[in-house]
Amino acid sequence: MSLTAGIDVGSTYTKAVLLDGEERIVGCGVLKTGFKLAEAALRAYATALADAGAGERDVAYTVATGYGRLQVAFSNVQVTDLTAAARGATLLFPATRTILDVGGQTMKATRIDERAKVRSFRLNDKCAAGTGAFLEKTAHYMGYSTDDIGPLAMMSRSPAAISGVCAVFAESEVINHLSQGTSPSDIMQGAILSLVDRSIQLMRRVQLAPEYTLVGGILRFESMGRLLRERLGTAANVPAPDLVQMIGALGAARLGRQRLRQIAGGPVAPITALPNPRETTVTETTLPQETALPLDKHFFRR
Amino acid sequence: MAYAAGVDVGSTQTKAIIIDGRAAIVGRSLIDTGANVVVAAEHAYVAALRDGGVPEEEIGYVVGTGYGRYRVTFGHTQITEISCHGRGAVHMFPGTRTVVDMGGQDTKAIRVSPTGEILDFCMNDKCAAGTGRFLGAVATALEIPLSDLGIMALRSEKPVKISTTCTVFAESEVLSWLGRGKKVEDILLGVHNSMISRSIGLMRRVGIEQEVTFTGGVTRNIGMVQGLNTALGFEVNVSDDSHFMGALGAALFARDHICASRVPAAHTEARR
Repeated sequence: MSLTAGIDVGSTYTKAVLLDGEERIVGCGVLKTGFKLAEAALRAYATALADAGAGERDVAYTVATGYGRLQVAFSNVQVTDLTAAARGATLLFPATRTILDVGGQTMKATRIDERAKVRSFRLNDKCAAGTGAFLEKTAHYMGYSTDDIGPLAMMSRSPAAISGVCAVFAESEVINHLSQGTSPSDIMQGAILSLVDRSIQLMRRVQLAPEYTLVGGILRFESMGRLLRERLGTAANVPAPDLVQMIGALGAARLGRQRLRQIAGGPVAPITALPNPRETTVTETTLPQETALPLDKHFFRR
Repeated sequence: MAYAAGVDVGSTQTKAIIIDGRAAIVGRSLIDTGANVVVAAEHAYVAALRDGGVPEEEIGYVVGTGYGRYRVTFGHTQITEISCHGRGAVHMFPGTRTVVDMGGQDTKAIRVSPTGEILDFCMNDKCAAGTGRFLGAVATALEIPLSDLGIMALRSEKPVKISTTCTVFAESEVLSWLGRGKKVEDILLGVHNSMISRSIGLMRRVGIEQEVTFTGGVTRNIGMVQGLNTALGFEVNVSDDSHFMGALGAALFARDHICASRVPAAHTEARR
């Protein structure tokens, strides 16, 4: 058996996917990243191997991605999260042109061309307000755990207005709502709505084009996908709940397959699996725009 | 002449100051704002009266300031905390040209004229990074009393570099540094350095002109005071009453009103 592995070490979860020669998923592993990234990568990999009933010798090529990709000592190559997500999204939805990826500590919007190459992207990874951490904090302020976020939001009837400006200041907003008798489910749904609005702003900055594919751990919450479709006013692809978090790892494994073909002297395509230096530089320069603090005098009057 | 009072209802703490006819502070109080802003304002006012031994009927005028200034139900007028910090700082340190105010939920840089008028200001109130809340979150994550943070940070010789901006992400970064075996004081100095560089950035937007007066609750943190001194290359003005600067400014405006029977129009806000 000749498999390829994709390992996605994210800020919150580490994901591993094994693909066979026909680009079919044969094994998956997901676990919390924690502080020991190298260990998390190994454990996710072991889980995926066990899931596939395979051993390490069955894996011919391993590609790492995600913020902890450089800690994956056993990988053959590392690619950026954007490249990996593009490859993963187009495997499931070949007509994808815009990808929104909402994770535990980042939000990314990417526009890709018909060959799944990254054309434009914007990140928010410096402010928790635009990420899953915002939902987590909101849940914690109300005494709920992260697992309660989905079920809570499902029960909402009329979502509360949550400004979503700062995940820390959200605490006072949540307390105010609770003291006025707003239900926790409406507050939770309000927090999801604020995340949806931020997502759409980010997507607009990459000049979004259909088809849209929405991925990342936060899309496991049903209302996130539904509200995004509503606010976009159009259809959007969302992978199945058990797969929506795995798209980066899936894309990484797919790039591994492509690399194997190249090594075997198959159809020669440009080596897209290697980290694209242009992409890396742009990351640095686009960040401040997304994270600039609102130090505007309009905020003076409350 | 009658006494004047200033009540500064901040996001985290409420401060009240009573001054006499010669503008000397005779009573002060400091309490946590909590959920009931109206009650906090009343409590702070009563505590300051008691502290000064001043009967309520001898107060000629009360000015409310701070984010909860419209909840100072007994206040005669409201003035923004920007004006009050500027006024208080110039009164206490007449050479003041720049004020940096670090409170529980916002940080401000204010440029003032020699007479205490506001020339320009800049604030960060939509993000917890660089505010007192940032220190509070770190203190909670490390399980250290907030009051010990500054002193502990000053023991550090090799500060870590805190790379995240967001308070939420900084909490996990702090824990990951701990996990990697860094000393608590080195982490704390890193945290202070990150706050100092943010506040200097804010001050640059209005222009840093000497003297600089440091106000707000964070002035009680010796690590921040010394860090600012080092980063600026000169000493900032700070006193035990720096925490009360907004309330002092408000009391001074109240005294103006008693003296002239009116507050200078430019500083008055219409009651909503």
